[in-house]
Amino acid sequence: MHLYATVAASGFRRHATYRVATAAGVFTNTVFGFITAYTYIALWHERPHLGGYDQSMALTYVWIGQALFATSSLMGGGFQDELIERVRSGDIAVDLHRPADLQAWWLAADLGRAGYQLLARGAVPMACGALAFDLALPASPATWAFFLLSVALGVLVSFALRYLVVLSVFWLMDGTGIVAVSGLSTLFFSGMLLPLNAFPGDLSAIALVLPWSALLQVPADILLGRHTGGALAAALAFQAAWAVLLLGAGRLLQSAATRKVVVQGG
Amino acid sequence: MPDMTALIELDRVEKVFDVRRRTGPLRRERRQVRAVDGISFTVPAGQVVGYIGPNGAGKSTTVKMLTGILTPSGGRLRVAGIDPSRERTRLARRIGVVFGQRTTLWWDLPLRDSYELVRRMYRIDAARYRRNLDRCVGLLDLAPLLDVPVRQLSLGQRMRGDIAAALLHDPEVLYLDEPTIGLDVVSKAKVRAFLRTVNTEQGTTVLLTTHDLTDIEQLCRRVMVIDHGRLVYDGGLDGLHAAGDSERTLVVDFERELPPVELPGARCERVEGPRQWIAFPAAASAAPLVAELAARHGVVDLSVREPAIEDVIARMYAASSTAPA
Amino acid sequence: MAEGLRAYGLIVWMWTRSALAYRASFLMTAAVNFAATGLDFLAILLMFSQVDRLGGFSLPEVAFLYGTAGTAFGLADLALGSMERLGGRVRDGTLDTLLVRPVPVLAQVAADRFALRRIGRIVQGLLVLVWSVTRLELHWTALDLVLLPMMLLSGAGIFGAVFVAGAAFQFWAGDASEVQNSFTYGGATLLQYPPSVFAKELVRGVTFVMPLAFVNWLPALRILGRQDPLGLPGWVDFAPPLVAVACCALAGAAWRAGLRSYRSTGS
Repeated sequence: MHLYATVAASGFRRHATYRVATAAGVFTNTVFGFITAYTYIALWHERPHLGGYDQSMALTYVWIGQALFATSSLMGGGFQDELIERVRSGDIAVDLHRPADLQAWWLAADLGRAGYQLLARGAVPMACGALAFDLALPASPATWAFFLLSVALGVLVSFALRYLVVLSVFWLMDGTGIVAVSGLSTLFFSGMLLPLNAFPGDLSAIALVLPWSALLQVPADILLGRHTGGALAAALAFQAAWAVLLLGAGRLLQSAATRKVVVQGG
Repeated sequence: MPDMTALIELDRVEKVFDVRRRTGPLRRERRQVRAVDGISFTVPAGQVVGYIGPNGAGKSTTVKMLTGILTPSGGRLRVAGIDPSRERTRLARRIGVVFGQRTTLWWDLPLRDSYELVRRMYRIDAARYRRNLDRCVGLLDLAPLLDVPVRQLSLGQRMRGDIAAALLHDPEVLYLDEPTIGLDVVSKAKVRAFLRTVNTEQGTTVLLTTHDLTDIEQLCRRVMVIDHGRLVYDGGLDGLHAAGDSERTLVVDFERELPPVELPGARCERVEGPRQWIAFPAAASAAPLVAELAARHGVVDLSVREPAIEDVIARMYAASSTAPA
Repeated sequence: MAEGLRAYGLIVWMWTRSALAYRASFLMTAAVNFAATGLDFLAILLMFSQVDRLGGFSLPEVAFLYGTAGTAFGLADLALGSMERLGGRVRDGTLDTLLVRPVPVLAQVAADRFALRRIGRIVQGLLVLVWSVTRLELHWTALDLVLLPMMLLSGAGIFGAVFVAGAAFQFWAGDASEVQNSFTYGGATLLQYPPSVFAKELVRGVTFVMPLAFVNWLPALRILGRQDPLGLPGWVDFAPPLVAVACCALAGAAWRAGLRSYRSTGS
């Protein structure tokens, strides 16, 4: 356990060294936040209660999206490229024979990264949004606490999905396609383009039960106070269930990949 | 009256950098670093010159000014009659540059495509390109590598590829920044032999920076030593005979702790538990020493340390009358 | 200039040839590029599945804005998209290797790793543009027919200037390359929507400070027969080529200043 805490801490520190890059990222998130916010104002002006949100909730949703964009890797990426390169170069064989568990190792590093990015790239855009627009942010500390818990679960699901993508490279010749497809799916089905409850009918119903909704839609709805009591527990359980299922799938695939490496030597 | 045969001329050339350093969360300290501090020398056409000095002495900065990458802060600089910083692209046609650490080739393209691109960029006519390429491919053993993307080449292969690319347009001057760094013994020998051939057959002037004394011994008739941005030695290779006085060190791990060993032609410098440091003349072979030691004591492990260039420079300071006190 | 274009052409040709050697991989990455850019339009379609108008504009009208902005940006991205890697080249010192070649550095940086797959964005933008034109029932005048291609080319010029200026900025702040995305991708996203959606100050900002409004908003509003929200005189709609030339001149000056600074500091 101590080992993984160290790995997480180093993941945090590693991203913390890029100060200028972080500032640039914050700037970009804020610019995109403004552009999206105005388009949502126009949209909610036409349909005042679209998706069950009023305008200030919709605007809050925009800034939650920008705040979690890097944290929950809503466009994919993060550790993916690095690990895929290790798979392609065959260095992964060394990693698989280390005493540390590969999945736990990279999960710890990714949690460290997410922690840093929540602080560094989440807070400032959210504050900018709150200054420029009338946001529906909750006053209750408990709501914020559940939101953070939900974000953490979202990061787990995000990691689990990206880890599966990396493992698929053991069987595919080239990871470019699947990385791109998974990145686009994440962008679309997380609700980064438009809240999933504002999607038309059936598409909305489908998108809300897919794992990607755990990344942004569920934490946002918790912060917006749309889930309370039993519904809140159900929402968190939904995220946890996807996390367990996908991390479990990752474990199975990882052992298959290990066998493949042992048999074929990488 | 300028020396008409001088291909490279430097007259009190300076390069001063403003360095900003973070001293606190918001405080920054500015200070000036004189990377090159008034260097003057000339190199006639056809010479092979070694340009050596410790890390940070100003070697790379000088080369960057000679190639036009960096603008000098002061002084006068001419290469083939051209002011490099003002007419960088015109000069580029007449010089070749090899950076040991960074390739000038296109990372994802096969060597052959990189060369083709060089040919068109420098507008090398077909016959000359063919001749130069064939010569380089032959002498540097590049034939099996031509269709391999540069990123897949080993360091030694890549270096050979880089040197060939720098010579396709028949440059009058070839700059080599650490051309043998990180190469294996075979690659080093190949590179050195090739450079010798190019110099004697084409008359190409070569200026090379290196940390490897063997490069200097085998290639250069003239050596310049730079330290703290100043030229501290400029002379013939005989000045480097001081390097002959320098010593190599045999680091031996014995099976157990021993008193300092005594051997003819060698002296024990240091003892640390079972490990001993034994100095012997750089010119002598280590083999008889090793045999002698192994015959007398149980030896677990051993390695030979080459003299550091810094030590040699220190000796050159002492040996050379031209060096400032 | 001629030497720079020739070198750009040479390097671009080499990269294209090597990309086409792996045809399957090329087609896949081009398809991915196409799909990735299409996602923006999907967002607009999703919005219009809920409403008939956005900021007073119909779907074909928004699609017209989207198509013109997307095509102009796609052209600039294809030609100069590689420039965003300049900061990395400064950091790892490989920029020096470009400075010892007998051709302009700008041409080499712009053509480096030229990715023909970025054509996917242009194709996608053009498809949306063509679709919007078939649905709009516009009365095309001869002037409009001149205005449309002029808008696309000038828009590409303005975005191209943003790419070059952004790269020049990286001579001083290499780690801040992502800021450039705010003005390139962010600008392209902004221009996909009608100006009536945005706050007046923002529209003023992208008209007078960072003249992105000249990429498509001003000329496109004329073709669509709409008033521009700032009420500028009509001749302004024909200014994009001039604005593009001015932007390129400024970006060129910024680039030269950046390169000069690099050559005096070496970092």
